[in-house]
Amino acid sequence: MAGYAYLAPTNVDEALGALEEAASVGQRAQMLAGGTDVLVQIRSVDKGPRTFVDVKHVEEANALSMTDDELFIGAAIASAVLNENARLKSILPGLVESADLIGSTQIQGRATIGGNLCNSSPAGDTIPALIACGAVCVIASPNGNREVATEDFVTGVGTNVLEPTEFLVGFKIPRPKGKTSDAYLRFIPRTEMDIAVCGAGVALTLDDDGTCTKAKVAIGAVAVTALPVPEAAAALVGTKVDDDALHAAAAASTAAAKPIDDKRGTVEFRKQVVGVLTRRAAAIARDRALAR
Amino acid sequence: MSKVHVSTTINGDVVEFLCEPHQSLLEVLREDLGLTGTKEGCATGDCGACSVLVDGRLVCSCLMLGVEADSVELTTIEGIAGPDGLHVIQQKYLEHAALQCGICTPGFIVATKALLDKHSDPDETTIRYWLAGNLCRCTGYDKIVRAVQASAEALAYEA
Amino acid sequence: MAEAVDLKVVGTSPVRPDGVDKVTGRAAFGADLNLPGMLYGKVLRSPHAHARIKSVDVSRALAADGVLAAVSGADFPSDRLDDLARNVIARDKALYNGHAVAAVAAKTQQQAEAALELIDVDYEVLDPVLTLDEAMAAGATLVNESQHTNGDTSKPPSNIAVQQAFERGDVDKGFAEADVIVESEHRVPTAHQGYIEPHACTATMNAGGKATIWCCTQGHFDVRSLTAGVLGKSVGNIKVIPSEIGGGFGGKTIIYLEPLAVKLSELSGRPVKMMMTREEVFRATGPASATWCKVKVGAKKDGTFTAATAWLAYEAGAFPGAPIGPGCMSVLAPYDVPNLRIEGNDVLVTKPRVCAYRAPGAPQSMHAMECAIDELARKLDMDPIDIRLKNAADEGTQAPYGPTFPPIGLKKCLEAAKNHPNYLKPLAEGAGRGLAVGFWFNIGMQSSAEVRIAEDGMVTVMEGNPDIGGSRASMALMAAETLGVPYEQVKAHVGDTESTGFCNVTGGSRTTFATGMAVVQACEDIIAQCRQRAALTWDLDAEQVDWVDGEAVPKPGVNADVKPLSLANIARRAGRTGGPLLGRASLNAQGAGASFSVNWTDARVDTETGKTDILAFTAVQDAGRAIHPAYVEGQMQGGAVQGLGWALNEEYIYDERGALENPGFLDYRVPVASDMPMIDTQIVEVPNPSHPYGVRGVGETPIVAPLAALSNAVRDQLGFRINDLPLSPPRVLAALDEQG
Repeated sequence: MAGYAYLAPTNVDEALGALEEAASVGQRAQMLAGGTDVLVQIRSVDKGPRTFVDVKHVEEANALSMTDDELFIGAAIASAVLNENARLKSILPGLVESADLIGSTQIQGRATIGGNLCNSSPAGDTIPALIACGAVCVIASPNGNREVATEDFVTGVGTNVLEPTEFLVGFKIPRPKGKTSDAYLRFIPRTEMDIAVCGAGVALTLDDDGTCTKAKVAIGAVAVTALPVPEAAAALVGTKVDDDALHAAAAASTAAAKPIDDKRGTVEFRKQVVGVLTRRAAAIARDRALAR
Repeated sequence: MSKVHVSTTINGDVVEFLCEPHQSLLEVLREDLGLTGTKEGCATGDCGACSVLVDGRLVCSCLMLGVEADSVELTTIEGIAGPDGLHVIQQKYLEHAALQCGICTPGFIVATKALLDKHSDPDETTIRYWLAGNLCRCTGYDKIVRAVQASAEALAYEA
Repeated sequence: MAEAVDLKVVGTSPVRPDGVDKVTGRAAFGADLNLPGMLYGKVLRSPHAHARIKSVDVSRALAADGVLAAVSGADFPSDRLDDLARNVIARDKALYNGHAVAAVAAKTQQQAEAALELIDVDYEVLDPVLTLDEAMAAGATLVNESQHTNGDTSKPPSNIAVQQAFERGDVDKGFAEADVIVESEHRVPTAHQGYIEPHACTATMNAGGKATIWCCTQGHFDVRSLTAGVLGKSVGNIKVIPSEIGGGFGGKTIIYLEPLAVKLSELSGRPVKMMMTREEVFRATGPASATWCKVKVGAKKDGTFTAATAWLAYEAGAFPGAPIGPGCMSVLAPYDVPNLRIEGNDVLVTKPRVCAYRAPGAPQSMHAMECAIDELARKLDMDPIDIRLKNAADEGTQAPYGPTFPPIGLKKCLEAAKNHPNYLKPLAEGAGRGLAVGFWFNIGMQSSAEVRIAEDGMVTVMEGNPDIGGSRASMALMAAETLGVPYEQVKAHVGDTESTGFCNVTGGSRTTFATGMAVVQACEDIIAQCRQRAALTWDLDAEQVDWVDGEAVPKPGVNADVKPLSLANIARRAGRTGGPLLGRASLNAQGAGASFSVNWTDARVDTETGKTDILAFTAVQDAGRAIHPAYVEGQMQGGAVQGLGWALNEEYIYDERGALENPGFLDYRVPVASDMPMIDTQIVEVPNPSHPYGVRGVGETPIVAPLAALSNAVRDQLGFRINDLPLSPPRVLAALDEQG
C-alpha cells in the first residue's frame, strides 16, 4: 500500500493496532497531533507517502488529571486548551508558558506539547520546560506502557526513542510542593512567530527562609538536543537565588551550551544570551516560588 | 491512493467532499469547494491569511488536513456576515480603512472574531499579540488595531 | 487649482467602493479563478546559483500521470531574447538558485509537482557570485561573460553593468571649507517586498491563438506587452484581466509566470493556473538591492553643508537594472549642497533579478547619508531638525540631479516635526531617539480614463490602474468633487486591457496623480457635454451655461426662466440631446511633485540580548493634498513599518553556494502586530501646482526615512554607531561586546 492514508483511532489499543498494521505491510506510519510541524514537512523536506494516525481522538492522550502527587497531561491536548486551564497554569506556569510561546494564536489552537517533543527539534520550546519540571514521558508500546525521562527522549535532531510501533500518550509530572515554581524564557528576534534562538527553563524549590533546596535547569536551541545543566542548578541550590547565584547559573549555562552558527543566530550570541535567559528565568521562578 | 469521504459543516451548511488524505483543508476549501475567500499567503502557518474557525477555535487551514475536518463546525470568511448584512467587525474594518490591498483581510477578520468571542474588551497589547499570527504588509497594523478596538466597543454597545 | 476650503468631497475618508467584497471574501485575487477543465502549472527551478544548462529533457514528465504539457527554454522564441525573457525561463545558463528552467501542466497540483521530479536537466555547475565585494573584485567570476561596463567593449568584461556619476561645484574646495567632516560606509541587505499574495495567474489560449490572462499585477498593460515580447506575439492577441492584487510594492511590475501559463495552455488546449509558493516568491521574484554606500559630508560650524559625496554599489541580481539612478538622485535630494559628487554602480551577482520596491533605491542610499548627517549634527551639537532646516531644499533650489524644485514641503515638514508633541515629549529613560528625512520624486507617465453616466445619473469611472491601496476611492472622490455630485453617486472600476484605455503601471506613486488627472479631465469632458446638452434643452449657447454643484444653470445675467438640470436630469434625456454621456481623457502627465517626509522613532535596545523595541514612531509627510486622508495615513504607516522591518530583522541569508536559507515568513522576519506601536502621522499639505487638486503621490516616500531614523535612535541610546543593517540582535550584541 503506497500512498497516503488517514486513520483516527479513539483509544490507545486502536492506535497501537493501526501502527502495527502499517508496520506489517511495510507502510510508513506517522502519528499526527496538531499537525503544525507535520503539514509543513510533508510539503517541503519529507514528501514521502505514509499513513497518518491521528492521536487527537485517542481518549488517553486527551486526559488531564491532577492528584496531590502527580499531574498527567495528555500528549494531544492543544496548547490553547492548556493555557485556558487556570489551575494548571498556576501549578506549572513555566511549562504552560513554554507551550504558549509556540507560534501564533492559530498554531496554539492545534499544536500540542506531545507533538513539540516528538518533532524533536533542538529548538522545541516545551522541551527545556518539561525537563526542568521533571516530566516523564508515558509511551504506549505493544507490550504495555513504558516511561522515559524527558531528557532521555530526544536522541538527535528530529530523532527520538520511539519505535515505529510506539507513540507518546502523555506526561507524568511530579506535583510541585511548597515553595516550588518554574519559568521558561526564550529569545526570538521578533515578539512572536519565530523559532527559539535559545531558551532556558528553570524549576526550583525554596525553603521557608527563601533558600533554594532544589533546582533544575535546562537549555534549548544551543545543542543537538535540549540540555539539562546540572552545574547551573547547583549554582542556585543553597543560595537565596541572589544576584551572585543568578550570575553563576548564567555562566554555567553559557559554558554548557554547544550551539552552531545558523540563520537564526551565531555561536557567540547563543552562548551569551542563553546565560541571560537562565538568569532571568531563575529570577522569575524564584519570585513565583516566594509568592506561593 | 484513495480519496477519503469527509462530512462536515461549513458556515452552517452540511457539506460532504472527497479529498486526498494529505490535502490541506485550505486546498480543499479553495480548489475543490470554491470557497476562495480564505487566502493562501504561505502554506506554512506563518501568515494567517488562511485563518478559519474550527469548532470556534482559530486555526490556519493550511496546517490542517482536509480529512481532519470530519464532523467539525467550520466558519470561513464567507460565513462571518449575517443575513442582515456585514458583521460589525467587517463594518469597522471598512470605516477605519484597516485594509489596503485586502488579501490579509479575511484572515484578520476571522481572527478578530475569535478574539472578540473570547475577550470582549481586549487592550492594545492583547490585540497585537492575538493578531501576531496574521501578517499585513500594507497597513503597519495601526488601523487594524483601531478597527478591532472599535469593533469591541460597538459589540459591547450592542450587548 | 481648487483651494482646500472649497472642497466638498476631496479630503474626506469614505468607505472604498470595493470594500464590501474585500471584507466578505468575495473579492477575487490572482489565485481565485477556477475554470472548467483547468490544469495546474508548476515550475522547475534551478537548485544552483550559477550553472550552464547543457540539456533539459521533459519527455519523462510529459509521459507522467495527468500531465498534458511540459516546456523548457527551447520552447520559447529566441530571436528577440532580452533579459526579461531569460529571467522568465533560463536558456543557456541558470543565473540564480530558483531560476525557472522548465514547467509542466497537469490535472492536479500533486501530479504537476510529481512531474517536476521527472524532468532531466544536465547542469555544469559554476561558481556563484554572491557579494558586491566578490563581484567587483579583479578576476571575479563573470555572471555574464559578454557584459562590459556601460557597453564599453574596449575594456574587459565586468560584473559592473553600469557606472554613472554626476558632479556639481568643486568637491575638494568644499571639503576644504568645512569645519567638520563625517565619512562613513553602510551596508543594507537584500529585502523582499513581502506582499502577502504570492504571484498567480490563470491563462487560456483559444484555437485561434488569442490568449486571455487573469493575474495579479500592478500593471496589466505591461503584462500584455511583456508577455507578448517573451512569446513573440502581437499585443492584439493577448487580453489581460487584472484580478484584485494582494500587495505589490513594486514587486508586481514585471512578469514571471504569465508566458509559461500561456504556452502551457497553448500546448494542452486547456486553461492553466499557476500559483507560486511562498518559497518560490522569495527564491525567484525580485527583491530590493543589497547595497554598499560610502558617504562623506562636510559642514561649517553653523551647520551649513559645504560638500558631500556618495559612492553607491547596488546588487542587480542576475541581470542589470539595480535602481542606482534613483539611488544617486535621491541621496542628497533634500539638501542644498553647493559641491557634490555622486557615483553609482549597477553590479551583477548570481541572485534573483532585483525589482522595484517602494521608492526603489532611495532607502539604502538615504540611510547612509541620513546617518552621516546625524553624526554631523552630533559633532556640531545641533538638533537633528535644525541642521536639516539649515540646509533644506525649498522652492527654487536646484536638485542635485538637475531640475529646480517647484513648491515643495520639506521645510514645512521639518517645522511641523519640531513643534510636534511627540518630538517635544521627553524620551523614556534608557531609550534613544532618532530622526531622518525621506524623499521620493513621484512620477507621471501615461494614463487614460473614461467616465460614463448611466440613465439615472450614476457615474462610472473606468481606468486601468490596479487598486492596491484604495485608489478606486481616490478616483471616485476626485470625480465626485469635479462633477459636483455626492461620492456615493460615483463608482470607480479597474478595466481590463480591452475595456479601458492604456495606463502605465500602478507604481511610482503615480496613480492618484496621473490617472487622477485623467479622471478629472474626463469629468470635465462630461461637464462640457452637460453644458452643451442643457444649452440644447434650453435653446441657449453652451457658453451661456455654467456647471455649479452638480447642476447645469444659466450663467449669471443670462435671461432664461429654467430650472437647473442635474446630472440625472440630463442623463435621463440624453437620448434626445445626442446620445449617452461619455467623457474621456488620455494624457502623459507632467509635473509630478516630489514628496518629502520627516520621521522619528523612540527605541530601546535590550543591551543584554541586542534586541530593539520600537517604543514610538511618528511620520510627517507632505502629500500635496490628501484626497482620502485615511488612506494617505495608511500609506505612511505601512511604509514606516516596512522600513522598520528592513532596519530591524529583514534580510536574505544565503549559504556559500548561493541557496537562500530563509525563503519563508518564518525566517524572513517581517514585522508582526506585536512588534509595532501605533504609528502616529501628520499630513502636511503643500499642493502640487501641476495637479488639479494638488496631489503629489504619497506611497513611496514613507519607506525611506525609517531605516536611518532607527539607526540614529540606536546610536542615540548606545552612544556609538552601528553602520550596517539590519540591526538584528546578533549584530547589535556583537557591537556592544566590541565596545566593551
